[in-house]
Amino acid sequence: MSANIDKQGEGLMGWIDARFPMTKLLEEHVTKYYAPKNFNFWYYFGALAMLVLVIQIVTGIFLTMNYKPDGDLAFTSVEYIMRDVDYGWLIRYMHSTGASMFFVVVYLHMFRALLYGSYKKPRELLWVFGMLIYVALMAEAFMGYLLPWGQMSYWGAQVIISLFGAIPFGIGDALTIWLKGDYIVSDATLNRFFALHVIAVPLVLVFLVIAHLMALHEVGSNNPDGIEIKKNKNAAGIPKDGIPFHPYYTVKDFMGAIVFLIIFFAIVFFAPEMGGYFLEHANFVPADPLKTPEHIAPVWYFTPFYAILRAVPDKLGGVMAMGGAILVLFLLPWIDRNPVKSIRYRSITYKVMLFAFAIAFIILGYLGMQVPTPTGTFIARLCALIYFGYFIALYFVSKSEATKPLPERVTK
Amino acid sequence: MNHSETLRQVQQTERQQAARLSTQRGRVQVLNRIELQIGRHQRLLVLAATAILVAGSLVFLNQSHAAGTGVQLESPRIDQGNEKSLQRGAQAFVNYCMGCHSADYQRYSRLAQDAGLSEADVEDNLIFTTDDAGERTKVGNLMTNTMSVDYARQVFGVVPPNLALTARSRGVDWIYTYLKSYYVDPDRVGTGVNNLVFPDTAMPHVLWNLQGWQAPVYGEESHGTRPITGLELVEAGTMTEDEYDDLIADITNFMAYMADPIKLTRHRIGIFVMLFLFILLFIAYKLKKEYWKDVI
Repeated sequence: MSANIDKQGEGLMGWIDARFPMTKLLEEHVTKYYAPKNFNFWYYFGALAMLVLVIQIVTGIFLTMNYKPDGDLAFTSVEYIMRDVDYGWLIRYMHSTGASMFFVVVYLHMFRALLYGSYKKPRELLWVFGMLIYVALMAEAFMGYLLPWGQMSYWGAQVIISLFGAIPFGIGDALTIWLKGDYIVSDATLNRFFALHVIAVPLVLVFLVIAHLMALHEVGSNNPDGIEIKKNKNAAGIPKDGIPFHPYYTVKDFMGAIVFLIIFFAIVFFAPEMGGYFLEHANFVPADPLKTPEHIAPVWYFTPFYAILRAVPDKLGGVMAMGGAILVLFLLPWIDRNPVKSIRYRSITYKVMLFAFAIAFIILGYLGMQVPTPTGTFIARLCALIYFGYFIALYFVSKSEATKPLPERVTK
Repeated sequence: MNHSETLRQVQQTERQQAARLSTQRGRVQVLNRIELQIGRHQRLLVLAATAILVAGSLVFLNQSHAAGTGVQLESPRIDQGNEKSLQRGAQAFVNYCMGCHSADYQRYSRLAQDAGLSEADVEDNLIFTTDDAGERTKVGNLMTNTMSVDYARQVFGVVPPNLALTARSRGVDWIYTYLKSYYVDPDRVGTGVNNLVFPDTAMPHVLWNLQGWQAPVYGEESHGTRPITGLELVEAGTMTEDEYDDLIADITNFMAYMADPIKLTRHRIGIFVMLFLFILLFIAYKLKKEYWKDVI
């Protein structure tokens, strides 16, 4: 018999703790996880991303019960869910709205990391795990979007998969056929995307989220001042500026979650198509391999990268630029060489740069939805230059930047 | 004397020093306040940036769909809660549209329920089709039609699309304007008509005996062609213009209903969900305040 069993504590918790580190886990991650007390608005989005993940998994399970991953039945089965399944419309709209809101929340969460330098030492791996989550999320959203089997699902997938065809030496063509399981997007593609969307990628996502949280709780949360609260501890070894995650941040995040749910359900109940941005109009027409829609645009959360793709005149170059736009983000902890984390104590140059980067990203997102025009392409090129220029300039600016003195303790 | 003067002088100097100190302290306080304000400004800047981010994304939403043709689309005045309008629309739809088009995501029984009809009413007045075995279509069935795909291809060259979701893919304005925009065009073999909203449409003007025939009005010649600027009625139908507009508004209303039959229920439930969440938010806010009052 192990030593643990001999010193078994009182009650049910004692019984469990002798066999499983329940109290230890709870203390490490919730009740004795000390988070800085100065979190602001931007710090809601991590918890909200978890909430959306749960919404997506739960609604997804119920959708799977009635959805048919079959080229002949998929579109009809979605309409069946919308009309004949009890509250099927609610589950479907929650899932489709959840997909877009996931990206809203994740983009804001990532921008928070840029604002307060949360990717910097010692949080590099935390950032890399986060980026992996983002990439997995894009794969998940892309595959999920094929499943309703509407015109936009079909042709969007056709366009995106064909991008891999730009890879030279015959690899590209072979790769696109391997991905599709056919020469065109077809029933075979639908089936494998279904398998990946409901099993493979969600599993990867959940594991990555656990890794992300473990990394976070190992190094501790950053805060809007970008200083380490662990440097100032009291006699008991507790950070002076830290407060236990539970109950302080559980009640605060609960409040944030309700505000989020108000927005979320306002969309679900009153504007589920969100003017054609969450559910595209052309997707209410069943997939037709013989009829290309007038204008193929990916869903809004991919359009910044789609605009970068179109801004480059050469196909392979465009694909590389698009991939590069995502890959460069992974390197951010090593591109930004300034030890000062928070934007509050950085130079005006940096503030202007980050602001220009954010604006360029939004403009790219807008242009990616539009039919290309000469003016639009010119602006897209300009914004793509700003996007990449941000990282290049940052590498040099961050080295010799005039920063403000950091405070000893977090500010209000 | 001397002593008291010295004392006074000392006191005066002390007072002066104290005054100087207090102004200095005041200046320090002012400086602190300025610094604080800068901090606040920074937060304001961050907030402003957020506002711009949000506003920018809202601009995206400010675009209407169903563009493509240059025709100005008209908006019908429709109301999904108007049961009479839905009934008239359904009647026109099964009589004029379902000869060729199907709407087989929608069930007759659901229509009965939502348009304030009994199932018997629907069976007697709205169901004209039979199933493959020749049995009369039942009220619980989907709104299919009986035209075969091969026959449709022979007649029209294309299979007439399922209309159950057209109000969501094309938009209600498109449907309404489309039904108003037929004109006589001798160049169109077979149908003899064309449409401003959907040029070279394969669909004939099914409602011609109600609307009558319209002819195009041409504008000034430019670049070798004369653009159509409008349509005028050249042969009256059995309906006046207003009656016809009302009818197609009812058809549009019915199609809007059919594309999104849960809409009214969704809105009703939505209001209760919002109320519940706002009450919960109030409680959550109070709870947060209570817990956080000792955090300094």
